[in-house]
Amino acid sequence: MHGRLERTNDFVVKFANVNGSGSASANQLFAKAILRMGVPVSPRNIFPSNIQGLPTWYEVRVSEAGYLGARSGVDLMVAMNPETWSQDMASVEPGGYVLYDSTRARTHGLPTGCQALGVPLTALCSEAYSDARQRQLFKNTMYVGVLAQLLGIEFAVLETLVRDQFKRKAPLINANLDALSRGWAYAEAHLEGGIGLQIQRRDACGDRIFIDGNTAAALGAIYGGATFSAWYPITPSSSLAEAYMHYAERLRVDPDGQRKYVVVQAEDELAAIGMVVGAAWNGARAFTATSGPGISLMQEFLGLAYFAEIPAVIFDVQRGGPSTGMPTRTQQSDVLACAHAGHGDTRHPLLLPSDPRECFDFSALAFDLADRLQTPVFVLSDLDIGMNERLCDPLDWDDARTLDRGKVLDFDALDSGAAFGRYLDVDGDGIPYRTLPGTHPERGAFFTRGTTKDAYARYSEAGDDYVANMERLLRKYERALRWLPEPVLHECGASDAVIFFGSTAPAMHEALDMFADAGAALDALRVRSVPFHPKVGAFCESHRLVFVVEQNRDGQLRSLLIEQFDLDPKRLVSLCHYDGTPITARFIVNAISHQMDERKVVPLRKQVEP
Amino acid sequence: MTYIRKPKIQHPRLSRNALGLTRRDYEGAVSTLCAGCGHDSISAAIIEACYEMSLPAHRIAKLSGIGCSSKTPTYFLSRSHGFNSVHGRMPAVLTGAYMANRDLVYIGVSGDGDSASIGLGQFAHAMRRGVNMTYIVENNGVYGLTKGQFSATADYGAKNKRGVQNFDEAIDLATLAIQMGATFVARSFSGDKAQLVPLIQAAIHHRGAAFIDVVSPCVTFNNHRESTKGFDYVRAHNAAVNRPDLIPVREEVRVSYPEGATETVELHDGSLLQLTKCAADYNPRDRTRAINAIQERQRLNQVVTGLLYIDPDAPDLHDEMGTVSCPLNQLSDAELIPGRAQLEVINQAHR
Ligand SMILES: Cc1ncc(C[n+]2csc(CCOP(=O)(O)OP(=O)(O)O)c2C)c(N)n1
Ligand code: SF4
Ligand SMILES: [Mg+2]
Repeated sequence: MHGRLERTNDFVVKFANVNGSGSASANQLFAKAILRMGVPVSPRNIFPSNIQGLPTWYEVRVSEAGYLGARSGVDLMVAMNPETWSQDMASVEPGGYVLYDSTRARTHGLPTGCQALGVPLTALCSEAYSDARQRQLFKNTMYVGVLAQLLGIEFAVLETLVRDQFKRKAPLINANLDALSRGWAYAEAHLEGGIGLQIQRRDACGDRIFIDGNTAAALGAIYGGATFSAWYPITPSSSLAEAYMHYAERLRVDPDGQRKYVVVQAEDELAAIGMVVGAAWNGARAFTATSGPGISLMQEFLGLAYFAEIPAVIFDVQRGGPSTGMPTRTQQSDVLACAHAGHGDTRHPLLLPSDPRECFDFSALAFDLADRLQTPVFVLSDLDIGMNERLCDPLDWDDARTLDRGKVLDFDALDSGAAFGRYLDVDGDGIPYRTLPGTHPERGAFFTRGTTKDAYARYSEAGDDYVANMERLLRKYERALRWLPEPVLHECGASDAVIFFGSTAPAMHEALDMFADAGAALDALRVRSVPFHPKVGAFCESHRLVFVVEQNRDGQLRSLLIEQFDLDPKRLVSLCHYDGTPITARFIVNAISHQMDERKVVPLRKQVEP
Repeated sequence: MTYIRKPKIQHPRLSRNALGLTRRDYEGAVSTLCAGCGHDSISAAIIEACYEMSLPAHRIAKLSGIGCSSKTPTYFLSRSHGFNSVHGRMPAVLTGAYMANRDLVYIGVSGDGDSASIGLGQFAHAMRRGVNMTYIVENNGVYGLTKGQFSATADYGAKNKRGVQNFDEAIDLATLAIQMGATFVARSFSGDKAQLVPLIQAAIHHRGAAFIDVVSPCVTFNNHRESTKGFDYVRAHNAAVNRPDLIPVREEVRVSYPEGATETVELHDGSLLQLTKCAADYNPRDRTRAINAIQERQRLNQVVTGLLYIDPDAPDLHDEMGTVSCPLNQLSDAELIPGRAQLEVINQAHR
């Protein structure tokens, strides 16, 4: 028999709900209340591809230490969905707690060693409300009141949040506060003895903000000067385009109501990328947001944009594949598809953000990069970062920063008689000059096509023109290294190391701490872009074993590392997590320990020169 | 196809237009299409139309998909930027370009394979959207560039050169364009410059999606006796519902037409489109009746040409979207970046 769990500011609460029951805002209120208590949380939506009726979960990890990765196991289950009861109970840790609606007698058992917290939510709501929808909705609000009382969340914190949330809908403020108080009062009167999980006020959030990656990326597009977006709805990327529209409507409309942006909801992803290519060709900063299936449909245009040298920004919020594969689950499985999108020899720069702040930064950067390099640039996030709110550094912008539109010849440059060859490598960096339609009556017009051209954009099928162009494109690709974000290194002199990227970061930080605590510290490198910085190659060469941890089956990042640095594949051990759930520190620690045991390697410190 | 260089199209009169430019200033590279290809006549008509309208060529963007027809933008308007894009996807590229800069003239050139086969989806959606453009399909019923396979506009029962028959129903792009919401729809024939040039001019003057289906025989693969897209067939079956004449803004109406035999449409920019009626009962402003009339005539194996439908007052996409009058590609940093203080407000809302 386990004793009940006793933990302060370090536990996992999971809400098991039914899709469409209105639980989302109540659950978010719960997470935000803990943040306002100064304690970091990281919530995750786990939802099916469905609008109403199927199970959904909201998992909130509370971690004063600031670990924002997913953790397996649940310490307090809010079991609001009878259908998933058995499954939910199986994940409750020994000594954990189960909050459930006790209106009707429970038909299913509790796991042994758990503490049941029965609250007759349905009965309480029927008593308090007459409207059916209210009865349903306030059940959720009410359990937040119960939880707040049990965990020690201050009621005043809830009240402030509710007042903020319903600023423009005053009647809802009192209704929500009433539901919260009813829950609170019930817990106070009936659940004496409380629970061992507690929230204690801290100041561990600092000035960090709580935002999802898609919203942050959309803001990056606005600050990065994007004026055009074309998209076709697809989970988990839709909220990026929607957030762009939401904020553009606030930040990009003239006092007289004229819009300084356009969004077209295209008929499919082929059209979406085609429009983006057309707009970018014509000098507007343009982007599309999509996920794996959309990337598949865009291949032909992405190839053309590469060869025709058209700036375009593509946000790929990754999910499981294929089209009807795991649309609401997270993965990092489009890395190769994006790095080499198109047919023929193509290479595209990829930016790999690990949290919403980087989604914002890399988004704004992507537009400068695309214009400087005159090529499509990909920002690859995933469902875990894109659709979940995550605590991150506040967004920042330097007001002195200008948008770098790259090598575009304007009227004066053309008029002064500058020689113009659209694909001429004037500066030796592989990046040619371009002109926009409508600039000069007599100079600078050219015809855009794929590769049948010479340096002056004249039609040519000559082999040496083709080769010269392809070589220049490689020089240009290498030039990207100057501007791509460098990798982030955590070195402690260990002989073995890990490489990871994107949404693996929070789980990896926790895992690295666990290794360090166990006296088996590892060096680590977080890749932030493709092509890789030379430091990444040097890091691989200077370690005995390099574990490449990623969220796909085939070790796609590892393939790119081997490709770029011509590494011995045996040096890079692939550790892949790809069941669609976010990777956890526990997984990483187990997988690496297992590999170490198999190879009978003892963690070593590198010889340090005396 | 031949790569033998042919002399530039020779114009008898090297007269100058209002911009002081000659027709030659509107020409492009030497065509590499087969001698006699209908597409070359359409290029000539585009050159003529733009010359006569005194359009500044650098303010025109010409876009195309892939096919012999889609190659032609190289052969006209060398002072315009051009984009030979992806098979069947010109409408999307043109739409994006138009969103970026609302002030240019957009000419899209496509083929029947490009628009009715691989690109039918994009064709239909572009017509729905009200993009301000002149969209020309050079319709020969076959895929010229891949050597003569039937396209989706080939008539049911038509035979190719080797005697193989087509058993798929033909797609009539003009009817489809009207149904999809294009606000200017015409059909013409590459061999009828007198009709085609004013139609192109009117299409350019028109604000909104203007579509012209131009029957344009492929002399190499679809000009044999059984062809329904060959020169002889089209000449024999051409049934013009009207003959257009464009009178630009500020130019006086010089010709007087007999009462009842003409109709005048005032275009959005004030220019006038005079239509000499060839079919008394045809009303190009009535969408439903236009579709019926086209279908009735087609049942009689007629190739219906002329201005088939027009709504001169339709709004264009930018108007409907409320876009600023300054082209999006010319907005300054200050107009685009909301600044640090705004970001702090947003940060605060996320704490
Ligand atoms: C995706 C793709 N599939 C096939 C082709 C090959 N292809 C090139 S042109 C063409 C047909 C063009 O027909 P049409 O648009 O009628 O032009 P035409 O040559 O008859 O003027 C085809 C199938 C291609 N370029 N791209
Ligand atoms: S469409 Fe026919 S005639 Fe014209 S260039 Fe192509 S193959 Fe030759
Ligand atoms: Mg054709």
